[in-house]
Amino acid sequence: MKTGSKIFQWLDERFELTPVIEFMSKKKVPLHNHTIWYYMGGVTLFLFIVQVATGILLLLYYRPGSDSAYESIRFILTKVNFGWLIRSIHSWSANLMIFFAFIHMFSTFFTRAYQKPRELTWVTGFILLVLGMAFGFSGYLLPWNELAFFATKVGTDIVGVIPFVGSFLLELLRGGEDVTGATLTRFYGIHVAVLPAIFTVLVALHLLFVQRQGMSVPENLKDLPEEKMREMPFFPHFFLRDALLWMVVLNVLLFLAVFYPWDLGFKADTFAPAPAGIKPEWYFMFMFQTLKYLPAHILVFEGEMIGVLAFTVAGIAWMLVPFWEVKSRKGMKKNVMMITGVAALTFIIVITIIGYLS
Amino acid sequence: MKTSRRKFLNIALGTSFFGWIVSVIYPIFTYLKPPKIPEAVVNSIKAGTASDFPANSGKIVKFGRVPVLVIKTVEGNFRAFAGTCTHLDCIVQYRDDLKQIWCACHNGLYDLRGINVSGPPPRPLEEFAVDVQNDEIFITKKLS
Ligand code: HEM
Ligand code: FES
Repeated sequence: MKTGSKIFQWLDERFELTPVIEFMSKKKVPLHNHTIWYYMGGVTLFLFIVQVATGILLLLYYRPGSDSAYESIRFILTKVNFGWLIRSIHSWSANLMIFFAFIHMFSTFFTRAYQKPRELTWVTGFILLVLGMAFGFSGYLLPWNELAFFATKVGTDIVGVIPFVGSFLLELLRGGEDVTGATLTRFYGIHVAVLPAIFTVLVALHLLFVQRQGMSVPENLKDLPEEKMREMPFFPHFFLRDALLWMVVLNVLLFLAVFYPWDLGFKADTFAPAPAGIKPEWYFMFMFQTLKYLPAHILVFEGEMIGVLAFTVAGIAWMLVPFWEVKSRKGMKKNVMMITGVAALTFIIVITIIGYLS
Repeated sequence: MKTSRRKFLNIALGTSFFGWIVSVIYPIFTYLKPPKIPEAVVNSIKAGTASDFPANSGKIVKFGRVPVLVIKTVEGNFRAFAGTCTHLDCIVQYRDDLKQIWCACHNGLYDLRGINVSGPPPRPLEEFAVDVQNDEIFITKKLS
């Protein structure tokens, strides 16, 4: 017997692996013209793994603190072997991860994958996206550069407008009244310890749900007779296609990281006027830009407060989509969920573009 | 008899469990709230010499922990305002082309009395008193 199968047998005897493998090989992935969307969650997962790996590498040289953070990143960029590459990959991959999480979310929305029994897959997924954005927000400050400093001032100040708990949350987040080195220490802890821990648990749940329930089949294909349904085994067929796509994504990522290295900018000066061109990261742009359109006061309330509340309510409604969705009955001309989804997507895209043009 | 003993135990256990939770949560929450660091109260600062300050310009100076914008107008008068935008906390600057105070973050504008005249800022900038004595600029908090 070969060593490999000996080891397998040793493990199998103790942990009963055979049923697990059987389960995986029985799992089938349906084939139809929307199969491509089944890959999007996997790509997001791959980019998260890249984040963990490059993040740990950056940790070896990064030093938080208002007079060491910027310097340590410059050290990584100029002195550490391949430091520029690791940092560039971490920044690019962070953005791609959120981009693919958005695509993944909208594709599961439009194929109605969130419907019973996959409500909790949707809910955990949405929380993952929010956590992903929190990763981005906290990580953005870590280089302690000018743009990030002011973007963080603005971003955290918005939290302060929340009624009742706002000022408490603001202080909790900033570690004081202002954005200072204390804020940086907090964001660092959140970025490298708190978020990864929660995110990992949620990814595990999300994947467990998907493995347990199998892939959803779009509605119009559900009624097909069984012999007409085309499918492919998850393991190894789909798995290998997944792996191939991951390699493609890795190459795209490397291309971007090498040819468009991420900028470091100027060190933050807490006593200098804000430079022109303060912009949040692109995935906050639609919210940021919408807030700009609100008047300073709506009735007796501050415009920002109304805006923040509206986005919070909309976010919660979106998270709970599987529980209130309006099912389209036969003969109904308008499809409420389709309209909701298209409206949300159009809003996000249009406002984001306007934000960059203005 | 039996049920009331069970009930008693449930209440006792429930209460102590609740007490335990509070005794864990409370210290954590108060730990998260940063302690107030006592600092000297700043009432007045020097902001350089008046004759070296070019007319139609402004600069940010440190007033203790907070930034203050000092301006010398075209006519040569000094003004000082809190440097923090009343909108979302950015630091403002003097625009010599507009002769106004500008916040780059969302294009907020204030006039030379600190009054918000355009853009999102909801309130005027707090004004500071400026005194020039022996060519030295002194900035003090205004008593309101
Ligand atoms: C941000 C990190 C995320 C990761 C790493 C992740 C990962 C995955 C993976 C690997 C799958 C299986 C393959 C696939 O259907 O694409 C999956 C399925 C799913 N995900 Fe996510 N996901 C994330 C975010 C989200 C978000 C934001 C949502 C929506 C709110 C979501 C909702 C779903 C649903 C409903 C399924 C089941 C799809 C089906 O059965 O057809 N996920 N996820
Ligand atoms: S922070 Fe000054 S205009 Fe918004």
